[in-house]
Amino acid sequence: MKYDASPIAVMIFMFIVAFVLFISYYFAKKAKTADGYFKAGGNIHWGVNGIAFAGDYLSAASFLGICGMISFVGYDGFLYSIGYLSGWIVALFVVAEPMKKLGKYTFADALDSKFNSKGIQLFAAISTLIVSMFYLIPQMVGAGTLVEPLLGIPYWGGVLMVGTIVILIVATAGMTSTTYVQFLKGGLLIVFSVVLTILIMTKGISTAPESRFGEYHVFSELEIDSVSGDTVNLVDSSYIIQDTFKTDNYWFVRIMDGTKETIWEVNTDENVLKETLFITELGNGVTVDGESTLYNGAPRDDAQFFLVGHMSEVDGSTTGDTGPLGVFDFIEAIREGKVVLWEKQVIQDDGDVISVFYQNETDGSDVLTPGLQFKVDSDKGATLGSRLDFISLMIALFLGTAGLPHILIRYYTVSSPAAARKSTIVAITAIGFFYILTMFMGLGAMVNGAIDLSNSNMSAPLLANAFGIWIFAIISAIAFATVLGTVSGLIVASSGAVAHDIMDRFMDVQMTEKQKVMAGKITAIGVGILAMILGIIFEGMNVSYLVGWAFAVAASANLPAIIMVLFWKKTTAKGIIASIAVGLISSMTIILLSQKVFDGVYHLIDITSPMPINNPAIISVPLSFIAIVIVSLLTKKKTETEQTV
Amino acid sequence: MSHGPVTKWNEDGSSEYKAKLGVKMFFVYLTVYSGFIIINTINPKLMGIAILKVNLAVFYGIGLIILALIMALIYNYLCTRKENEMALISKEGDK
Repeated sequence: MKYDASPIAVMIFMFIVAFVLFISYYFAKKAKTADGYFKAGGNIHWGVNGIAFAGDYLSAASFLGICGMISFVGYDGFLYSIGYLSGWIVALFVVAEPMKKLGKYTFADALDSKFNSKGIQLFAAISTLIVSMFYLIPQMVGAGTLVEPLLGIPYWGGVLMVGTIVILIVATAGMTSTTYVQFLKGGLLIVFSVVLTILIMTKGISTAPESRFGEYHVFSELEIDSVSGDTVNLVDSSYIIQDTFKTDNYWFVRIMDGTKETIWEVNTDENVLKETLFITELGNGVTVDGESTLYNGAPRDDAQFFLVGHMSEVDGSTTGDTGPLGVFDFIEAIREGKVVLWEKQVIQDDGDVISVFYQNETDGSDVLTPGLQFKVDSDKGATLGSRLDFISLMIALFLGTAGLPHILIRYYTVSSPAAARKSTIVAITAIGFFYILTMFMGLGAMVNGAIDLSNSNMSAPLLANAFGIWIFAIISAIAFATVLGTVSGLIVASSGAVAHDIMDRFMDVQMTEKQKVMAGKITAIGVGILAMILGIIFEGMNVSYLVGWAFAVAASANLPAIIMVLFWKKTTAKGIIASIAVGLISSMTIILLSQKVFDGVYHLIDITSPMPINNPAIISVPLSFIAIVIVSLLTKKKTETEQTV
Repeated sequence: MSHGPVTKWNEDGSSEYKAKLGVKMFFVYLTVYSGFIIINTINPKLMGIAILKVNLAVFYGIGLIILALIMALIYNYLCTRKENEMALISKEGDK
């Protein structure tokens, strides 16, 4: 998909970024002491902190990833909304007040408050760094994705830009500015999501959704005359079938129309060829106009790769148009109609790799129930593995929130446990409301031709773009600010882990307040650079999926230790260390050996990974709990002696 | 190195009440959340049945979000009431 930058978009974007930098600079004077840098002096109002929580939490993943996933696979994207929000219940009811009471700057403090153990300090810091890194990657991917249509600069340029701006913010100002940036951005995101939802409802649903760019693409079909074996004969014999790609799973043909190449899906049920979209990665060093990737057979700049997303049947008619709808009528119209979704098939063609996207007309009722991404119904191909994957995801999302270091540190920016609780409630309200909107924005993109098949993170901004350049520019700039804010928070959390947990407490480096802040800032720069590199490697993965993994690692490595420290008196320092280590290693091993990583990161084609599941929590969380119980019981006596010494 | 919290506040004796209440409410929510997962894995077709204009999946999903909010407000109300009660008791104790 090719995007052109618009001057208005660039202007609004620049304004927001400049404003963010101004806030950082303005609050920089508060960041001279360690208290000021790492926890904003501990005196942020709970209302501001609550919206800042929302700002931290409603990251690129929530906005771009969830909306994108809903627009591609329907309800399964919304599972993330449900899980992300439910996780706050754990944070509120179980973790918020005790965490505030026990800790100082980082969650390692809270874990370690009863023990003063070097091991805990080190492992909790490592865990903070790894979880933050897992969370940083999708933010970077989101940023790279966004700047492309917004500013017309390439993906990697976006990643570098975010990295640089964030390092500037964090290196100048720390937690106070991060908090105010998050507060503003969280508020703006919610307001403009409401605006977008109202626009969707006002427009209603049509089988040929027009946008401000004009009419929707009309998909062609070619009638089949006869099929014998692998050979297809068309009614219109002026079309010559050049190549056939056929296995048990798929059947495509390539037709040349003059020099223009098209790929069609052979649909023997309806006896037609159906138009597809396709991306060709040319092999053997071949290029066309200097490009090695072709979109619908042409270089990117030719803009042949159009946006998709429509319903084939609305109100019982294939040419229906509902007009303005209420929110429940909107859901009902989809439930009773048919939606054209898109399936992806990667095929090999003499060294070229072709990703073919073909139509899959799906009943609206299936779009609005789980099962298109995470298979749960055995009639639709669910296996034990796919069911476990679903359960595992829901566990990770539920337990992950309360183990996320950048969320936990926000409990130290308010003055009391009661304020920690109240800010959590403000956060739940704001976040819950937003997550309900994601369903309408995602489905809105699905039926309004706002899907770029080459990028599942772009649906929300493209939907805004279908309505108008202003709303597009504002939504994109907010999403970009979202990334900036979340990345800043994560980097502050990481630098706290290194400067406070590892250097000050674990290594006993004697540092003045100033040196401690300096150590934090140097770490911030290092983490920022690493995040940029990883962001470039992970290009193209759905950001919500990536964040799902961050949650899984947090749920496995951090949460069992937090829960047990709070509720089980026999917990020992060694038990905590074992729990963090086991949680980290098991969750990461499963992720790195999963099919999703094989396909999306290592880019292996047609290779089955050794892990039957993609989401680790169902295995790694229990393992981590078992580790803490067993090791605590085994080391009980020893720790008691240690403590008396 | 001592590691007490930097910001001071008055310990008011409501902590234990709040912690117990939190755990109880957590288990209530956990039950409803588990119900969602169980229906999806054991009888996914049930999620498709119509409820008003939407279906069970949408109803239950949005319901989980709204329930979280309602329970959060109840929890806050009960905690604040207890805190005020405790504050009153300690004030009277001072006299």
